[in-house]
Amino acid sequence: MSVVKRVSMIFKAKANKALDRMEDPRETLDYSYQRQLEMLTQVRRGVADVATSRKRVELQMNSLQQQQAKLDGQARQALGSGREDLAREALTRKSALQTQISDLQTQYQSLQADEEKLTAASQRLQSKVEAFRTQKETIKATYTAAEAQTRIGEAVSGISEEMGDVGMAVQRAQDKTAQMQARAGAIDELMASGALEDVTAQPNDDIQRELDQMGSNHNVDRELERLKGELGQGEAPREIEGSASGAAGNGQQAAPAEQPAEQPAEQPQAGDGS
Amino acid sequence: MIIRILGEGQLAVDDSLAGELNELDAQLEAAVSSGDESAFRPVLAEMLERVRDAGTPVPADSLESSDVILPYSDASMDDVRGLLSEDGLIPG
Repeated sequence: MSVVKRVSMIFKAKANKALDRMEDPRETLDYSYQRQLEMLTQVRRGVADVATSRKRVELQMNSLQQQQAKLDGQARQALGSGREDLAREALTRKSALQTQISDLQTQYQSLQADEEKLTAASQRLQSKVEAFRTQKETIKATYTAAEAQTRIGEAVSGISEEMGDVGMAVQRAQDKTAQMQARAGAIDELMASGALEDVTAQPNDDIQRELDQMGSNHNVDRELERLKGELGQGEAPREIEGSASGAAGNGQQAAPAEQPAEQPAEQPQAGDGS
Repeated sequence: MIIRILGEGQLAVDDSLAGELNELDAQLEAAVSSGDESAFRPVLAEMLERVRDAGTPVPADSLESSDVILPYSDASMDDVRGLLSEDGLIPG
């Protein structure tokens, strides 16, 4: 027998199992209706699960993209300070992140497609359940048990097929979602444990440390110059002349802190002075 | 006739499509029995495409049963074997 015929036959046989369970065929109607309502709840929960999973992937994607932008900024800063080696390192990490982001993008699209399909399935089932409820009441009110049997058979097998289909779709979506959540959880854990730090450039990563270090060396040099100026040793830089008062001194301290990366040329001067 | 594509819903299709579908079904059968996944996928895809093209969606509030039930579009050969087994993918 052909594949399609076998699939059709087995699917229908399973969907219609409910029909054989009841003694009074009209009980079948109530039983089936009960199952339909349960299935509706299940498919709505399935839609919600997929949506939650999709949002989580979206958040992870955003945070990795921010890391990428940050690495880009670091590369620029490093290059501006003449540190091509650091810039290269930052760009290498940036490109490593791209693989993860692409993977998350694929997951995101897949979850979005599942969400749409399940939402449509939920709406279809909802319409069928409403139609079934109307028909159920009509059958119960109008027909004798014997007459009702065929009509019940038709109505129940039609909707049982839909429930079998929806049930399978929900199951598949949930299996897939569980897999993706496990992967998303693994990324979260890696981020939390710091194992991804080398790749994702957390605030205290080594590139930033080195850039900060370069900055603070400048600050120290400038402070040194200022103190020398105050004590009348060596050659005091013009801009801190006459800044003996405490208030003016504080102002001077704050200003150089913002400049170090842009004025690397001053470092050798400071070395000459000491 | 009414054809259900699992995961997508029911479509009303003219009976004249049966010949073409039977041919594709035979190819599907051949792929499954020889275990040839690379032959299986395109045949299934073509089958679903033909049904989608030729069919019109059955109203959502219809309670009619389908004459034919087709696997979902991304089904692998293993999935189809699952559909065919007693304790397979179909919730009992």
